Amino acid sequence: MIPLGHYLIVSAILFAIGTCGVFLRRNLITILLSIEIMLNAVNLTFIAFARQHGSVDGQIIVFFVMTVAAAEAAVGLAIVIGLFRHRESLNPDAFTLLKW
Amino acid sequence: MPETLIFYLLSGLAILTSALVIGQRNPMYSVMLLIASFGALAGLYVTLDAPFVAVAQIIIYAGAIMVLFLFVVMLLNAPHEDGAEWDRAHPLRQPGVGRFGALLALLLVVQLAWALLRTGSVDVPVTGAVDAETISSVRLVGRTLFTDYVFAFEATSILILVAMVGAVVLAHREGDRG
Repeated sequence: MIPLGHYLIVSAILFAIGTCGVFLRRNLITILLSIEIMLNAVNLTFIAFARQHGSVDGQIIVFFVMTVAAAEAAVGLAIVIGLFRHRESLNPDAFTLLKW
Repeated sequence: MPETLIFYLLSGLAILTSALVIGQRNPMYSVMLLIASFGALAGLYVTLDAPFVAVAQIIIYAGAIMVLFLFVVMLLNAPHEDGAEWDRAHPLRQPGVGRFGALLALLLVVQLAWALLRTGSVDVPVTGAVDAETISSVRLVGRTLFTDYVFAFEATSILILVAMVGAVVLAHREGDRG
C-alpha cells in the first residue's frame, strides 16, 4: 500500500516545477500553463487527503478549483490576446506601462 | 505489487511531462505535454478511488481548458520567445540568474518534503481507513455538492458568468461596433 506521504511529495515536486516555470519562463502562455501545473498539484493533495480521511469534501473542493482554473484561463488568455495586440510580443518584460 | 508499480509509473510520467512543459521553447509542445501530464494525474486520481474527479479532469482540463490554450497559441502564432535587443541585454537574462532560480525551486522541494516528513500520519497508507466503495460513490459526491456546498456551487455560476463577460470585453477589439 502506498503511504500518503508519497502522494504529497509528488504534489510538492509538481508545485515546485510550476513555481520554477512562473519564475524562469519569459512567455506569458507558458507562465499560465505553469499556474495550471500548480493548481493540479494542489488538486492531487486534496484527493489524497480525501481518500485517507474517507470524506468526499476534498473531491468537491477539487471541482471548485477546476472551475476557478477555467475562469482564470479564460480571463488570462483574453488579457494575453489584448496585450499581444498592443505590443506584438508575449514577453512579460515588454509590458512596462505600469512600471514607475 | 501492481499498485505500487502503477503509482510510480504515473507519478513519474506526471513529473517528467510537467518538467518538459517548462523546458520547451515552443508553446505548442508545452500544451501537448501538459495534456499528457493531466492524463497521468487522472490515472493517479483513479488509484485514489476518485473516478468522477478523474473523468472531470480529462473532460474539463484536457478537453476544455487545454483546447482554449491551443486556440490561443495558434491564434497568436508566436512560437518562439523573442530575442529583441533590449531583451537580450535585460539583467534577468544573465546566465547565472536562471541557475539561481532553479536552485530556489529545488530549495522549495526540499523544504516541502522536510515539512511533510516531520508531520505525523504520512506513513499511513492512503487506502487504510475506509473502503473504496463509500469514497468512490458518485451518488455521495452529488449529494454533498448539492446539500452542504450548494451556496458555493451557486456562487460558482456567478463566477463563470463574470469570467465569460470579462473575457468577451477584454478580447474585444477597439473600434468594432456590434
